[in-house]
Amino acid sequence: MSQDVLAGLAVILEEVAGVDPADVTPEKTFIDDLDVDSLSMVEVVVAAEEKFSVKIPDDDVKSLKTVGDAVSYIQRAGVAA
Amino acid sequence: MSPLNGARMLGLGVYRPARVVTNDEIAQRVDTSDEWVRSRTGIATRRIADEEETTVAMGAAAAEKALAAAGLTADTIDLVIGATCTSPSQIPGAGPQIAHRIGAGQAGAFDINGACAGFSYAVSTAADMVRAGSVRHVLVVATERLSDYTDWDDRGTCILLADGAGATVIGAAETDEIGPAVWGHDGSRPEVIRVPGYGDNMFRMEGQAVFRWAISLVPTVRQICERAGVAPDELAGIVPHQANLRIVEALAAGIGATNAAVARDVVDSGNTSAASIPLGLARLLDTGVIRRGDPVLLFGFGAGLTYCGQVVRCP
Repeated sequence: MSQDVLAGLAVILEEVAGVDPADVTPEKTFIDDLDVDSLSMVEVVVAAEEKFSVKIPDDDVKSLKTVGDAVSYIQRAGVAA
Repeated sequence: MSPLNGARMLGLGVYRPARVVTNDEIAQRVDTSDEWVRSRTGIATRRIADEEETTVAMGAAAAEKALAAAGLTADTIDLVIGATCTSPSQIPGAGPQIAHRIGAGQAGAFDINGACAGFSYAVSTAADMVRAGSVRHVLVVATERLSDYTDWDDRGTCILLADGAGATVIGAAETDEIGPAVWGHDGSRPEVIRVPGYGDNMFRMEGQAVFRWAISLVPTVRQICERAGVAPDELAGIVPHQANLRIVEALAAGIGATNAAVARDVVDSGNTSAASIPLGLARLLDTGVIRRGDPVLLFGFGAGLTYCGQVVRCP
Protein backbone atom coordinates (compact mmCIF):
# COMPACT_ATOMS: atom_id res chain seq x y z
CA MET A 1 0.00 0.00 0.00
CA SER A 2 1.35 3.39 -0.99
CA GLN A 3 2.49 5.47 1.96
CA ASP A 4 2.36 8.57 -0.26
CA VAL A 5 -1.31 8.10 -1.00
CA LEU A 6 -2.04 7.32 2.63
CA ALA A 7 -0.19 10.44 3.79
CA GLY A 8 -1.93 12.54 1.12
CA LEU A 9 -5.32 11.30 2.26
CA ALA A 10 -4.44 12.14 5.84
CA VAL A 11 -3.68 15.73 4.85
CA ILE A 12 -7.02 15.99 3.01
CA LEU A 13 -8.95 14.46 5.91
CA GLU A 14 -7.37 16.92 8.32
CA GLU A 15 -8.20 19.90 6.08
CA VAL A 16 -11.74 18.86 5.23
CA ALA A 17 -12.96 17.16 8.38
CA GLY A 18 -10.46 17.99 11.11
CA VAL A 19 -9.31 14.37 11.46
CA ASP A 20 -6.06 13.84 13.39
CA PRO A 21 -3.53 12.48 10.84
CA ALA A 22 -2.33 9.94 13.41
CA ASP A 23 -5.80 8.34 13.29
CA VAL A 24 -5.66 7.78 9.53
CA THR A 25 -4.69 4.13 9.21
CA PRO A 26 -5.83 1.63 6.56
CA GLU A 27 -8.32 -0.30 8.69
CA LYS A 28 -10.28 2.78 9.85
CA THR A 29 -13.75 3.35 8.42
CA PHE A 30 -14.51 6.90 7.29
CA ILE A 31 -17.98 7.16 8.79
CA ASP A 32 -17.82 5.20 12.05
CA ASP A 33 -14.17 5.47 13.06
CA LEU A 34 -13.16 8.87 11.69
CA ASP A 35 -16.59 10.55 12.01
CA VAL A 36 -16.54 11.79 8.41
CA ASP A 37 -20.14 12.50 7.37
CA SER A 38 -21.50 11.95 3.86
CA LEU A 39 -20.92 15.53 2.70
CA SER A 40 -17.38 15.61 4.08
CA MET A 41 -16.78 12.34 2.23
CA VAL A 42 -17.77 14.13 -0.98
CA GLU A 43 -15.30 16.91 -0.18
CA VAL A 44 -12.58 14.34 0.52
CA VAL A 45 -13.26 12.64 -2.82
CA VAL A 46 -13.20 15.92 -4.77
CA ALA A 47 -9.92 16.93 -3.09
CA ALA A 48 -8.44 13.46 -3.70
CA GLU A 49 -9.35 13.61 -7.39
CA GLU A 50 -7.42 16.86 -7.69
CA LYS A 51 -4.45 15.79 -5.59
CA PHE A 52 -3.94 12.37 -7.22
CA SER A 53 -5.22 13.21 -10.73
CA VAL A 54 -7.81 10.40 -10.69
CA LYS A 55 -11.55 10.16 -11.33
CA ILE A 56 -13.75 8.69 -8.61
CA PRO A 57 -17.35 8.45 -9.87
CA ASP A 58 -20.28 8.76 -7.41
CA ASP A 59 -21.16 5.08 -7.79
CA ASP A 60 -17.67 4.05 -6.70
CA VAL A 61 -17.59 6.38 -3.70
CA LYS A 62 -20.16 4.18 -1.94
CA SER A 63 -17.73 1.22 -2.01
CA LEU A 64 -14.99 3.14 -0.23
CA LYS A 65 -15.69 2.20 3.39
CA THR A 66 -12.18 2.26 4.86
CA VAL A 67 -9.07 4.36 4.37
CA GLY A 68 -7.44 1.24 2.88
CA ASP A 69 -10.28 0.93 0.32
CA ALA A 70 -9.63 4.51 -0.79
CA VAL A 71 -5.84 4.09 -0.99
CA SER A 72 -6.22 0.92 -3.11
CA TYR A 73 -8.79 2.58 -5.35
CA ILE A 74 -6.61 5.65 -5.94
CA GLN A 75 -3.57 3.47 -6.71
CA ARG A 76 -5.53 1.40 -9.25
CA ALA A 77 -7.13 4.47 -10.82
CA GLY A 78 -3.75 6.19 -10.99
CA VAL A 79 -2.19 3.21 -12.80
CA ALA A 80 -5.12 3.00 -15.21
CA ALA A 81 -4.82 6.71 -16.01
CA MET B 1 -20.92 65.05 -18.45
CA SER B 2 -20.06 61.47 -19.23
CA PRO B 3 -22.58 59.41 -21.15
CA LEU B 4 -24.47 56.87 -19.07
CA ASN B 5 -23.08 53.73 -20.67
CA GLY B 6 -22.87 51.64 -17.54
CA ALA B 7 -25.39 49.95 -15.29
CA ARG B 8 -25.67 49.63 -11.55
CA MET B 9 -27.94 48.47 -8.76
CA LEU B 10 -29.78 51.54 -7.53
CA GLY B 11 -31.57 49.96 -4.60
CA LEU B 12 -32.28 46.66 -2.89
CA GLY B 13 -35.32 45.44 -0.97
CA VAL B 14 -36.27 42.14 0.60
CA TYR B 15 -39.24 40.44 2.20
CA ARG B 16 -38.96 37.73 4.83
CA PRO B 17 -42.13 35.82 5.81
CA ALA B 18 -43.18 36.31 9.42
CA ARG B 19 -43.25 32.68 10.47
CA VAL B 20 -39.98 31.18 11.74
CA VAL B 21 -39.74 27.38 11.71
CA THR B 22 -37.08 25.73 13.87
CA ASN B 23 -35.30 22.43 13.31
CA ASP B 24 -37.00 21.07 16.43
CA GLU B 25 -40.39 21.75 14.86
CA ILE B 26 -39.40 19.77 11.75
CA ALA B 27 -37.97 16.99 13.93
CA GLN B 28 -41.46 16.46 15.36
CA ARG B 29 -42.58 15.30 11.93
CA VAL B 30 -39.57 13.57 10.36
CA ASP B 31 -36.69 11.59 11.86
CA THR B 32 -34.02 14.26 12.24
CA SER B 33 -32.58 16.53 14.93
CA ASP B 34 -31.43 20.10 15.39
CA GLU B 35 -27.83 18.90 15.72
CA TRP B 36 -27.99 16.81 12.54
CA VAL B 37 -29.54 19.61 10.45
CA ARG B 38 -27.09 22.23 11.72
CA SER B 39 -24.03 20.05 11.15
CA ARG B 40 -25.04 19.01 7.60
CA THR B 41 -26.56 22.28 6.37
CA GLY B 42 -25.79 25.08 8.80
CA ILE B 43 -29.51 25.86 8.92
CA ALA B 44 -30.94 26.79 12.33
CA THR B 45 -34.28 28.28 11.24
CA ARG B 46 -36.15 29.07 8.05
CA ARG B 47 -39.05 31.36 7.13
CA ILE B 48 -42.23 29.76 5.82
CA ALA B 49 -44.92 31.88 4.14
CA ASP B 50 -48.56 31.92 5.20
CA GLU B 51 -51.53 31.94 2.81
CA GLU B 52 -51.37 35.72 2.32
CA GLU B 53 -47.64 35.69 1.57
CA THR B 54 -47.88 34.57 -2.06
CA THR B 55 -44.98 34.84 -4.49
CA VAL B 56 -46.67 37.95 -5.91
CA ALA B 57 -47.34 39.54 -2.50
CA MET B 58 -43.81 38.89 -1.23
CA GLY B 59 -42.28 40.03 -4.52
CA ALA B 60 -44.32 43.22 -4.55
CA ALA B 61 -43.33 44.01 -0.95
CA ALA B 62 -39.64 43.52 -1.78
CA ALA B 63 -40.04 45.56 -4.99
CA GLU B 64 -41.56 48.52 -3.14
CA LYS B 65 -38.66 48.53 -0.69
CA ALA B 66 -36.16 48.40 -3.57
CA LEU B 67 -37.90 51.35 -5.25
CA ALA B 68 -37.86 53.33 -2.01
CA ALA B 69 -34.16 52.55 -1.52
CA ALA B 70 -33.47 53.75 -5.06
CA GLY B 71 -35.53 56.89 -4.50
CA LEU B 72 -37.71 56.08 -7.50
CA THR B 73 -41.44 55.78 -8.10
CA ALA B 74 -43.04 52.82 -9.87
CA ASP B 75 -43.96 54.89 -12.93
CA THR B 76 -40.24 55.20 -13.80
CA ILE B 77 -39.91 51.41 -14.21
CA ASP B 78 -39.79 50.28 -17.84
CA LEU B 79 -39.57 46.55 -17.21
CA VAL B 80 -40.27 44.09 -14.41
CA ILE B 81 -38.43 40.76 -14.55
CA GLY B 82 -39.74 38.13 -12.17
CA ALA B 83 -37.19 35.46 -11.21
CA THR B 84 -39.05 32.49 -9.79
CA CYS B 85 -39.42 28.74 -10.14
CA THR B 86 -42.21 28.36 -7.59
CA SER B 87 -45.22 30.18 -9.00
CA PRO B 88 -48.37 28.27 -8.00
CA SER B 89 -48.93 27.25 -11.63
CA GLN B 90 -47.16 27.42 -14.97
CA ILE B 91 -49.16 30.47 -16.02
CA PRO B 92 -49.63 33.33 -15.34
CA GLY B 93 -46.15 34.56 -14.46
CA ALA B 94 -45.41 36.62 -11.35
CA GLY B 95 -43.83 39.60 -13.17
CA PRO B 96 -47.01 41.14 -14.62
CA GLN B 97 -48.92 40.72 -11.34
CA ILE B 98 -46.09 42.31 -9.34
CA ALA B 99 -45.90 45.19 -11.87
CA HIS B 100 -49.64 45.73 -11.48
CA ARG B 101 -49.58 45.55 -7.71
CA ILE B 102 -46.83 48.15 -7.32
CA GLY B 103 -48.32 50.46 -9.96
CA ALA B 104 -45.61 50.11 -12.60
CA GLY B 105 -48.17 50.98 -15.25
CA GLN B 106 -45.70 51.61 -18.07
CA ALA B 107 -43.63 48.50 -17.56
CA GLY B 108 -43.19 45.41 -19.65
CA ALA B 109 -43.22 42.30 -17.51
CA PHE B 110 -42.17 38.68 -17.74
CA ASP B 111 -40.54 35.89 -15.70
CA ILE B 112 -37.37 33.94 -16.12
CA ASN B 113 -36.85 30.51 -14.59
CA GLY B 114 -33.17 30.10 -13.83
CA ALA B 115 -34.02 28.19 -10.65
CA CYS B 116 -31.51 29.09 -7.92
CA ALA B 117 -29.41 31.01 -10.47
CA GLY B 118 -32.43 33.10 -11.52
CA PHE B 119 -31.45 36.30 -9.74
CA SER B 120 -27.97 36.44 -11.31
CA TYR B 121 -29.38 35.68 -14.76
CA ALA B 122 -32.03 38.38 -14.35
CA VAL B 123 -29.50 40.95 -13.12
CA SER B 124 -27.28 40.22 -16.12
CA THR B 125 -30.23 40.50 -18.53
CA ALA B 126 -31.41 43.74 -16.94
CA ALA B 127 -27.94 45.31 -16.93
CA ASP B 128 -27.43 44.54 -20.61
CA MET B 129 -30.83 46.07 -21.46
CA VAL B 130 -29.91 49.22 -19.55
CA ARG B 131 -26.49 49.46 -21.23
CA ALA B 132 -28.08 48.98 -24.64
CA GLY B 133 -30.42 51.87 -23.94
CA SER B 134 -33.59 49.79 -24.33
CA VAL B 135 -34.78 50.75 -20.84
CA ARG B 136 -34.06 53.29 -18.11
CA HIS B 137 -34.93 51.28 -15.04
CA VAL B 138 -35.52 47.56 -14.66
CA LEU B 139 -36.94 45.99 -11.54
CA VAL B 140 -35.63 42.48 -10.92
CA VAL B 141 -37.80 40.58 -8.44
CA ALA B 142 -36.79 37.16 -7.15
CA THR B 143 -39.62 35.58 -5.20
CA GLU B 144 -40.03 32.00 -4.07
CA ARG B 145 -42.40 29.79 -2.09
CA LEU B 146 -40.52 26.51 -2.02
CA SER B 147 -42.81 25.41 0.82
CA ASP B 148 -45.56 24.83 -1.78
CA TYR B 149 -43.33 22.21 -3.43
CA THR B 150 -41.90 20.68 -0.25
CA ASP B 151 -42.49 17.05 0.67
CA TRP B 152 -42.68 17.46 4.44
CA ASP B 153 -42.06 13.72 4.84
CA ASP B 154 -38.75 13.82 2.93
CA ARG B 155 -36.13 14.60 5.56
CA GLY B 156 -33.46 15.11 2.90
CA THR B 157 -35.15 18.18 1.47
CA CYS B 158 -37.76 19.54 3.90
CA ILE B 159 -35.02 20.72 6.24
CA LEU B 160 -33.59 22.93 3.48
CA LEU B 161 -36.45 24.65 1.70
CA ALA B 162 -37.91 28.03 2.57
CA ASP B 163 -39.69 31.14 1.31
CA GLY B 164 -38.85 34.80 0.72
CA ALA B 165 -38.26 37.52 -1.84
CA GLY B 166 -35.65 40.06 -2.86
CA ALA B 167 -35.65 42.81 -5.48
CA THR B 168 -33.30 45.34 -7.01
CA VAL B 169 -33.69 48.28 -9.35
CA ILE B 170 -31.08 48.45 -12.10
CA GLY B 171 -30.47 51.68 -13.96
CA ALA B 172 -27.90 53.61 -15.97
CA ALA B 173 -24.63 54.83 -14.49
CA GLU B 174 -21.52 56.67 -15.68
CA THR B 175 -19.28 53.82 -14.62
CA ASP B 176 -20.28 50.21 -14.95
CA GLU B 177 -20.95 48.61 -11.57
CA ILE B 178 -22.28 45.25 -12.73
CA GLY B 179 -19.49 43.01 -13.94
CA PRO B 180 -19.61 40.57 -16.84
CA ALA B 181 -21.67 37.45 -16.15
CA VAL B 182 -19.95 34.08 -16.15
CA TRP B 183 -22.47 31.35 -16.80
CA GLY B 184 -22.82 27.77 -17.92
CA HIS B 185 -24.84 24.60 -17.52
CA ASP B 186 -24.79 20.84 -17.23
CA GLY B 187 -28.10 20.03 -18.87
CA SER B 188 -27.20 16.35 -19.00
CA ARG B 189 -28.30 15.95 -15.39
CA PRO B 190 -31.83 17.36 -15.11
CA GLU B 191 -32.79 14.66 -12.61
CA VAL B 192 -30.56 15.67 -9.71
CA ILE B 193 -32.74 18.68 -8.77
CA ARG B 194 -36.29 18.65 -10.05
CA VAL B 195 -40.02 18.97 -9.54
CA PRO B 196 -41.00 16.01 -11.73
CA GLY B 197 -44.47 17.29 -12.66
CA TYR B 198 -47.21 15.16 -14.21
CA GLY B 199 -48.74 14.49 -10.82
CA ASP B 200 -45.62 14.74 -8.65
CA ASN B 201 -45.29 18.40 -7.70
CA MET B 202 -42.72 17.91 -4.95
CA PHE B 203 -39.13 19.10 -4.98
CA ARG B 204 -36.73 16.15 -5.37
CA MET B 205 -32.97 16.32 -5.02
CA GLU B 206 -29.98 13.98 -5.01
CA GLY B 207 -28.17 15.86 -2.29
CA GLN B 208 -24.69 14.37 -2.53
CA ALA B 209 -24.53 14.69 -6.31
CA VAL B 210 -25.58 18.34 -6.09
CA PHE B 211 -23.12 19.01 -3.28
CA ARG B 212 -20.31 17.53 -5.36
CA TRP B 213 -21.25 19.57 -8.43
CA ALA B 214 -21.52 22.77 -6.41
CA ILE B 215 -18.15 22.51 -4.66
CA SER B 216 -16.51 21.67 -8.02
CA LEU B 217 -17.51 25.15 -9.28
CA VAL B 218 -14.62 26.90 -7.49
CA PRO B 219 -12.73 27.54 -10.78
CA THR B 220 -15.91 29.13 -12.20
CA VAL B 221 -16.17 31.45 -9.21
CA ARG B 222 -12.53 32.44 -9.71
CA GLN B 223 -13.35 33.18 -13.33
CA ILE B 224 -16.09 35.60 -12.24
CA CYS B 225 -13.42 37.62 -10.41
CA GLU B 226 -11.06 37.48 -13.38
CA ARG B 227 -13.74 38.72 -15.79
CA ALA B 228 -14.54 41.58 -13.42
CA GLY B 229 -10.87 42.49 -12.97
CA VAL B 230 -11.17 42.06 -9.20
CA ALA B 231 -8.82 39.78 -7.26
CA PRO B 232 -10.57 37.42 -4.80
CA ASP B 233 -8.83 39.12 -1.86
CA GLU B 234 -10.20 42.49 -3.03
CA LEU B 235 -13.80 41.33 -2.64
CA ALA B 236 -15.65 42.96 0.26
CA GLY B 237 -18.33 40.31 0.19
CA ILE B 238 -19.27 37.01 -1.37
CA VAL B 239 -22.89 35.95 -1.73
CA PRO B 240 -23.21 32.45 -3.16
CA HIS B 241 -26.69 31.02 -3.52
CA GLN B 242 -27.66 30.03 0.02
CA ALA B 243 -28.13 26.32 -0.65
CA ASN B 244 -26.22 24.94 2.30
CA LEU B 245 -23.67 26.61 4.55
CA ARG B 246 -21.07 23.99 3.74
CA ILE B 247 -21.25 24.77 0.03
CA VAL B 248 -21.15 28.52 0.76
CA GLU B 249 -18.04 28.13 2.89
CA ALA B 250 -16.34 25.71 0.49
CA LEU B 251 -16.78 28.17 -2.40
CA ALA B 252 -15.64 31.19 -0.38
CA ALA B 253 -12.57 29.34 0.95
CA GLY B 254 -11.86 27.77 -2.43
CA ILE B 255 -11.32 31.09 -4.21
CA GLY B 256 -9.34 32.60 -1.34
CA ALA B 257 -11.71 35.49 -0.66
CA THR B 258 -9.77 36.16 2.50
CA ASN B 259 -11.07 39.68 3.16
CA ALA B 260 -14.67 39.12 2.13
CA ALA B 261 -17.67 38.97 4.41
CA VAL B 262 -19.40 35.73 3.49
CA ALA B 263 -23.20 35.69 3.34
CA ARG B 264 -24.50 33.11 5.81
CA ASP B 265 -28.17 34.04 5.63
CA VAL B 266 -28.96 30.36 5.04
CA VAL B 267 -28.48 29.85 8.79
CA ASP B 268 -31.59 31.91 9.58
CA SER B 269 -33.46 31.77 6.27
CA GLY B 270 -32.89 28.34 4.72
CA ASN B 271 -32.70 27.84 0.97
CA THR B 272 -34.97 30.28 -0.85
CA SER B 273 -33.78 29.48 -4.39
CA ALA B 274 -33.61 32.64 -6.57
CA ALA B 275 -34.43 34.88 -3.60
CA SER B 276 -31.44 33.73 -1.56
CA ILE B 277 -28.84 36.00 -3.18
CA PRO B 278 -30.69 39.31 -2.63
CA LEU B 279 -31.65 38.12 0.88
CA GLY B 280 -28.02 37.28 1.62
CA LEU B 281 -26.77 40.56 0.14
CA ALA B 282 -29.32 42.55 2.16
CA ARG B 283 -28.22 40.80 5.35
CA LEU B 284 -24.58 41.79 4.75
CA LEU B 285 -25.60 45.40 4.04
CA ASP B 286 -27.94 45.56 7.04
CA THR B 287 -25.26 44.34 9.42
CA GLY B 288 -22.84 46.99 8.13
CA VAL B 289 -20.06 44.59 7.14
CA ILE B 290 -20.25 45.83 3.53
CA ARG B 291 -21.17 49.28 2.26
CA ARG B 292 -22.43 51.08 -0.82
CA GLY B 293 -19.86 50.81 -3.62
CA ASP B 294 -18.08 47.75 -2.23
CA PRO B 295 -17.31 44.94 -4.73
CA VAL B 296 -19.37 41.85 -3.96
CA LEU B 297 -19.45 38.55 -5.81
CA LEU B 298 -22.86 37.00 -6.52
CA PHE B 299 -23.06 33.39 -7.66
CA GLY B 300 -26.24 31.42 -8.33
CA PHE B 301 -26.27 27.69 -9.09
CA GLY B 302 -28.92 25.02 -9.09
CA ALA B 303 -31.51 23.04 -10.99
CA GLY B 304 -30.89 22.61 -14.68
CA LEU B 305 -28.15 22.25 -13.83
CA THR B 306 -27.28 25.88 -14.48
CA TYR B 307 -25.18 28.63 -12.94
CA CYS B 308 -24.51 32.35 -13.34
CA GLY B 309 -22.51 34.91 -11.38
CA GLN B 310 -21.06 38.38 -11.47
CA VAL B 311 -19.23 40.94 -9.35
CA VAL B 312 -21.39 43.98 -8.56
CA ARG B 313 -20.89 47.16 -6.58
CA CYS B 314 -23.23 47.26 -3.60
CA PRO B 315 -26.33 49.39 -3.97
